[in-house]
Amino acid sequence: MVKEKRQIVIPGEVVATGNEFLPGDGAYRDGADVVAGRYGILNIFEKHVRVIPVSGAYYPRRGNTIIGTIVDITFNGWLIDFGGAQNAFLPVAEVPRYINRNELREFLDFGESVVVKVWDVKSRGIDASMKMRGFGKIDGGMIISVSPNKVPRIIGKEGSMVKMIKGATGCDITVGQNGKVWISGNSAEKEISTKKIVEFIVENTTITGLTEKVEKFIKGLGMNVDTVEIVAENTDGSPSRDDSGESENMEDKE
Amino acid sequence: MADKGIYTKRNDGRKMTEVRPMIAKVGVVPSADGSAIFETGKTKAIAVVRGPRTLHPQHMQNAQTGILRVNYGMMPFSVEDRIRPGPNRRSEEISKVTEWALSSVVDLSEFPNTVVDVFIQIPQADAGTRVAGINAAAMALAHAGIPMKEMVSAIGVGKIDKTLVVDLDKYEDSEFHDAEGSTDIPVVLTSRSKEIALLQLDGKISIPEFKDVIELAKVACEDILKVQMEALKNVNGEDKDNE
Repeated sequence: MVKEKRQIVIPGEVVATGNEFLPGDGAYRDGADVVAGRYGILNIFEKHVRVIPVSGAYYPRRGNTIIGTIVDITFNGWLIDFGGAQNAFLPVAEVPRYINRNELREFLDFGESVVVKVWDVKSRGIDASMKMRGFGKIDGGMIISVSPNKVPRIIGKEGSMVKMIKGATGCDITVGQNGKVWISGNSAEKEISTKKIVEFIVENTTITGLTEKVEKFIKGLGMNVDTVEIVAENTDGSPSRDDSGESENMEDKE
Repeated sequence: MADKGIYTKRNDGRKMTEVRPMIAKVGVVPSADGSAIFETGKTKAIAVVRGPRTLHPQHMQNAQTGILRVNYGMMPFSVEDRIRPGPNRRSEEISKVTEWALSSVVDLSEFPNTVVDVFIQIPQADAGTRVAGINAAAMALAHAGIPMKEMVSAIGVGKIDKTLVVDLDKYEDSEFHDAEGSTDIPVVLTSRSKEIALLQLDGKISIPEFKDVIELAKVACEDILKVQMEALKNVNGEDKDNE
């Protein structure tokens, strides 16, 4: 017995019956039953049963892009507060350049913000890395906070929404899966319009035809949406951006 | 039974085993990680969940598991006479028993050194606030995405004179003076294994009657669970589809 595929399940609810099912994230086995161990959307893929959270706090997963702030400096790395249960640790070795161990503050000081990748998630905490394209220190622009559950909508299907905003405003935006959005452009006005667009998306995540509505909203702000292709091809070569948040649309895991 | 006692008809016209009309909703506090409101009759409870987050002071941290911390309080205007705000003997007790009841279903072993805070507030009280609070808290915890083995539902069963009564209101609980003081038994049941997560007894009751009380609670909890599940399944403002 299997429940309908995409539906919300509640802790303690039997989602599948039969020994062939394999309980994954957010599910557990009780006798012949596979039971939801968390509130979320049921996802059964080749007998692999998972419950994907739809609300609540952000739980880091390997490969996520997160944006956070340096809260502590240890002898071999930095601790990053990204709004999760624990802080992320960024070791010196995971920074793509030579750092003098005695002068970690030279590279990243308390209170500075970074875009990093979640390298490993352990119960003790999470390890972060900066060693890939698109990750690094944040300087300039603004960071806004949104609900982590709205992030897939801001990114859009394969980054379509982000591309559209980038094309329309000329601002770079990097979306962290932890719900932090970094907006950086060459003028404050453009950044503020970008912020307005992101906030519009967050407020309207449930409506259908969101892309069209956003297009309309962008035009209402006096900008042109048709510049998408031109700007999308025009990679400006800035190392610390480049679609870093888009790689993992959380709904895209099937 | 020959002698039915004097309490043969309920003040508000309910059946003896009938729960007051319930309203449940999740996501009522958008800034929280999880939130819910649960109402039975005139009793209202709001629960808010924040966390898991790092626990301070550090000496309270548990390196093996996250901990659950419950804070129950009645709002000053929740009853006719103003309640002095802040913790008191009663609210401390309810916070603690709620914490124990909920601890039996939540699993925070994935989040060592952290705390999950549950805040329960009662904006309007008409008896049964601790069970309403637990019902709201269970929904809020689920809504916050906290790993839970199952849900919990709670109900107060009481005895007035010689009659067993489900879901007492304030009149039955403390204003009905024609008989000996009423007995009140809050019961918390888990949704799947139907285990008792909390059982308190205020008053006196015989053993056979007590067994009936548990049966009545089980039936009532089924109804409550339905309301809770309904609320959780029909969330507005969450991403159900991805276009």
